[in-house]
Amino acid sequence: MASKLLNYCHLQALCSRHVFSPRLPHPTRAALTLLHFRPFSDAPSSPPPEKPHSYNNTRNDIGMEKGPIQTPSSLKELELVKFASIAETWWDPEGPFKPLHVMNPTRLAFIRSTLCRHFRKDPNSSRPFEGLKIVDVGCGGGILSEPLARMGAAVMGVDAVEKNIKIARLHADLDPVTSTIEYCCTTAERLVEEERKFDAVISLEVIEHVADPAEFCKSLAALTIPDGATVISTINRSMRAYATAIIGAEYILHWLPKGTHQWSSFLTPEELVLILERANITVKEMAGFVYNPFTRRWSLSDDISVNFISFGTKKVQ
Amino acid sequence: MNRVIARKLAANVSRLKVRQEYFCTDAAAGVSGFNRGQSSQEQKEKNDFANNIQQYDIAIVGGGMVGMALACSLASMPLTKHLNVAIIDSNPALGSRVRLKKGDPPDARVSTVTPATISLFKDVGAWQYIEQNRHAYFHKMQVWDYTGLGYTRYNARDINKEVLGCVVENKVLHDSLLSCIETTDFQKTFHPSRLTSMTLHQSSSSMGMDSTLLKTTSSSLGHLAKLELSDGKSIFAKLVVGADGGKSRVRELAGFKTTGWNYSQNAVICTVEHSVENRCAWQRFLPAGPIALLPMGNNFSNIVWTMNPKEAGNRKLMNEDDFVKDTNAALDYGYGPHPKSSLLEMGDMFSWLRGDVTLSATEGFEVPPKVVKLASERMVFPLSLKHANDYASKRVVLIGDAAHTVHPLAGQGVNMGFGDALALSRVIAEGIAVGIDIGEVTMLKKYEEERKRTNIMMMAILDGFQKAYSVDFGPLNILRAAVFHGANYISPLKRNIISYASGDQRLPLFS
Repeated sequence: MASKLLNYCHLQALCSRHVFSPRLPHPTRAALTLLHFRPFSDAPSSPPPEKPHSYNNTRNDIGMEKGPIQTPSSLKELELVKFASIAETWWDPEGPFKPLHVMNPTRLAFIRSTLCRHFRKDPNSSRPFEGLKIVDVGCGGGILSEPLARMGAAVMGVDAVEKNIKIARLHADLDPVTSTIEYCCTTAERLVEEERKFDAVISLEVIEHVADPAEFCKSLAALTIPDGATVISTINRSMRAYATAIIGAEYILHWLPKGTHQWSSFLTPEELVLILERANITVKEMAGFVYNPFTRRWSLSDDISVNFISFGTKKVQ
Repeated sequence: MNRVIARKLAANVSRLKVRQEYFCTDAAAGVSGFNRGQSSQEQKEKNDFANNIQQYDIAIVGGGMVGMALACSLASMPLTKHLNVAIIDSNPALGSRVRLKKGDPPDARVSTVTPATISLFKDVGAWQYIEQNRHAYFHKMQVWDYTGLGYTRYNARDINKEVLGCVVENKVLHDSLLSCIETTDFQKTFHPSRLTSMTLHQSSSSMGMDSTLLKTTSSSLGHLAKLELSDGKSIFAKLVVGADGGKSRVRELAGFKTTGWNYSQNAVICTVEHSVENRCAWQRFLPAGPIALLPMGNNFSNIVWTMNPKEAGNRKLMNEDDFVKDTNAALDYGYGPHPKSSLLEMGDMFSWLRGDVTLSATEGFEVPPKVVKLASERMVFPLSLKHANDYASKRVVLIGDAAHTVHPLAGQGVNMGFGDALALSRVIAEGIAVGIDIGEVTMLKKYEEERKRTNIMMMAILDGFQKAYSVDFGPLNILRAAVFHGANYISPLKRNIISYASGDQRLPLFS
């Protein structure tokens, strides 16, 4: 259930070397900094107080009779309902997910370059991910899973919204190359219970929709093999992100349905780095996305003030 | 198509449920769909099953210069060289061609290729074949006017280039690209046939069919473009490229509209011989339109002479001696005097501009070498300008004359086409790099945006030239002469004109 982003003037973003050293801030120091931001907790037992509808998660709600989700998960019920209502339009390049289609090549460029470097794959190959097992958590209609499969990866796409999985399956079956994608209506938590492991775990534009980001990151980490990669993208909790991603994209440009995002659930890059660090993932690289309204194209930049993506590797213990 | 999918969804639910269970079970077992070999095996079976059906990544309709340039460019890039390409052209020369020899009689059809095109040919490895054949680089160009009021000379040194361009026969350009593609192990299939029909979005309606066989075929091919050929074959492709010229069938079948007009003028084109080698490109504006004399190598030159259709008809039919006489008059004293080498009284008007005089400005007016005989047939083409309103939609894209046709005034047509081929192959490579379906419209629109801007600019310049020089009216002639003088003396202006005409793609005047 990825969702989208954007701001129309420009987002930008960053490279970890400018904002913090690649080695990351000392956890304690970072924790102090975070106090000024918001009192989130990475302890699964104490969900953030400002999210009243996040409690019972999916334990006894929506998924029950329709889908296979019966395990606790970090998902928010309302978020699921929201995405189910627009699922059919996933592959309409002019539909509600248009911003995601437009941004897709840019985020894939980041994934291609970081994964090729980390896994020592040939960047000139048309199928550089041959031999890699990748899971796309929150795959939606498969907008990210399909390109990953074309790039040679063995892809599993999971999403908690059953309708998304149906759309993704139908669409992937149109092309023999993408028909190998394994789609499943489940959650990261459940995959962890099944003890699934992947070379790379990718979850784009998802974490801002989950009830407990810290718990979610722990699940992603648990799915990643030692020295494997974890890639996460989301929206910064900055005033600019509020102005562009919510006011701009949802209310003025109508790129996104109103209510797609809640500013208070956004994470700052520092927070994301910290919770990933606690989940044993070391963030190695970060970039922002900048939108150029004249060319109507996205590009990677080192301004992470609105949309950003991070690449981390799991510590070998 | 998405809407159709949505509609079909309900019908498919039962099938999907089964499938999903299957996948989830697999997932639990921890094995499964992660088997690539299985998929290619499956695909092969499907192909065998329907052995009449041929499936490609790209179908290039039109194996002319621009279509072959695209194939060569794709073959030369690491990310695209694995693509499986069909080239559809009824020209039998594509399959079994006869090697060109340097001593072959010259052809009437030539192109003036710009430095940008030359570097494209060098990058794909085709330029070496051109160098083995007849070609002529030129470093100088002289443009003047029959009124005797102005002239200007361009020199490659003005823009720090070695050459202004190179004149090559079209058959040599085409043959060099064919030679080039033969030396690669690029998977290409020539279909000596014509395109009869094209279906871009069939399929989705058959997706819900329950017959297993039908389902297999339609779901694996259904998302592709289907082309039917005049030899009865059907081929499927992720992307159809219309490189089939000004009367593009692909453009028509895809429903792209065009904007354009005909000039009430024709161009007479032929090759002539001199007694000495011509090393300069010449263009003289006559009352009815310009005449250009382009060096081709081996004492040959090519003539592109614009005039009204009636005159063109006469000049095509008149005897050769008369035609040669007319041509020499048109390039020399016919219609009016030579411009004075010194600048007449107008020189003073421009004296304030001389601060930054380019090197060639000090060169005197020259008379082109005499034509001694005709060396090819005379061909007549109507001049027109046509531009497709769109270059791309899902699974289909236009390049070259299929997207834009211009009159031959500046020999730019084919260069624009080569620019299209290069831009499209790069966009395809970028798409492959990030795993995007190469028929995806968002990706193809990127090519369209990039090329439309450049092509429209070039067409506007050429159209403006056409209009400015097709009027024979006293004050306008003087104005034209003034522009010549200005162009000859104002260096930055001239540099911009040349570098735009030679393919540097900057905006003239504003860069």
